[in-house]
Amino acid sequence: MSEEEDIILAELDDEELVQQMFDDLYDGLREEIEEGVNILLAREWTPYKVLTEALVSGMTIVGADFRDGILFVPEVLLSANAMKGGMAILKPLLAATGAPQVGKMVIGTVKGDIHDIGKNLVSMMMEGAGFDVVDLGINNPVENYIEALERENADILGMSALLTTTMPYMKVVIDTLIEQGKRDDYIILVGGAPLNEEFGKAIGADGYCRDAAVAVEMAKDFVARKHNRMSA
Amino acid sequence: MARRGRAARLQGRVAVRPPPTSTPLDENAVAKDTLTERGLAAAELKPGRILLIACGALAREILDINASNQFSHIDLTCLPANLHLYPDQIPAAVTAAVTKHRASYSQIFVVYADCGTGGALARRCAELGVEMVAGPHCYSFFEGNQAFEEKTEAGEITAFYLTDFLVKQFDAFIWRPMGLDKNPELREMFFGNYTTLVYQSQVCDPALVQRAADCATRLGLAFEHRHTGYGDLEITLRGWADSAPLSG
Repeated sequence: MSEEEDIILAELDDEELVQQMFDDLYDGLREEIEEGVNILLAREWTPYKVLTEALVSGMTIVGADFRDGILFVPEVLLSANAMKGGMAILKPLLAATGAPQVGKMVIGTVKGDIHDIGKNLVSMMMEGAGFDVVDLGINNPVENYIEALERENADILGMSALLTTTMPYMKVVIDTLIEQGKRDDYIILVGGAPLNEEFGKAIGADGYCRDAAVAVEMAKDFVARKHNRMSA
Repeated sequence: MARRGRAARLQGRVAVRPPPTSTPLDENAVAKDTLTERGLAAAELKPGRILLIACGALAREILDINASNQFSHIDLTCLPANLHLYPDQIPAAVTAAVTKHRASYSQIFVVYADCGTGGALARRCAELGVEMVAGPHCYSFFEGNQAFEEKTEAGEITAFYLTDFLVKQFDAFIWRPMGLDKNPELREMFFGNYTTLVYQSQVCDPALVQRAADCATRLGLAFEHRHTGYGDLEITLRGWADSAPLSG
């Protein structure tokens, strides 16, 4: 499925098409992904099935190869852009068809920091995993986070920073939540290139996410535990 | 981009993270890829001297400071500048260099700022018992750490900085590694939140200013030129130079 001759997506059976979509995601081919999504929908796949079995599974391969140093940021961005094309088709359909919602996340880059590539990847993968994501964008003061968490009745707070100089602001946000007695209302996940596990623990986050795939797994795990506690 | 698929793209694809190595100084090579990709070996080693273990992006600046201040007792070795593409590798590379040269020098200093290591390099240098340059990165210490911090606090957070080295190495260090040569549509994703390219010049060179302005145009950013000179780097090196006896 990786030769360069013309491939007619509509002529592939479901399994071949999904495999081809994995390759097209890997190659960052947005139009081809959009076409594949539309074909699967026309074959009466549910939007949720297209999302999870074609797009998310494909991006998981991209994520693993990025983690292993096989793919680089530009290639991952192209893949993400392709997935975004597919997501744009699926998103309204997912809402209309009542796809399962795992939880709600408020996410944003911290005050003083305008870097959002990693955050955007996390947002997209979280949406792909069934989370409702409220993206606050870049350069967020603590007030933005807290206002959005309360307004959205969110389960998870995600904070991102690329700069060594801005990552300490995550502690400002967590300390403010503690002062206001709201810390335990939320699962707090942090990520960004200069961060590590030790930093996440030191500032009182629930988890440090090395990449978007880890963020999704960690978020699912924490939300499941929270639900278990609530139902116990 | 052409349709290739993962299997085809992985075929023949080799190791992605080049290990840092040192290569003897070759005047012709320095202008090309030595400082970016391979690093620079120390000159002949002599006891009683100071060794600076530096980022390749600072080599020319350090040599110039040493020459103008007549720091004849200071040697320089450089790690590849492109370690900045993998900041998590910088502490290990610095450790290896310190370990390699420790027995041969009376003092070793590390000419890196934090450089995206999230404090890991500072912790490693403390463990090794060697000093490093203060500040978050070279843009800060060239401007002067305090002045840079004040500018940041005043709201200068949408500036993308270039130094002399980065202007000269713009294609090798920024344009190509970010894939902008093949995928110009990535420009918005990488630089969409930036507004201005600030060129912090270390030497006065109108040709470099023009090249920096061209870089700004290519990135779709406004252009600002600030002549910083060597800023806190020169102050730091002077302090270190005074901390060890001169010897031949």
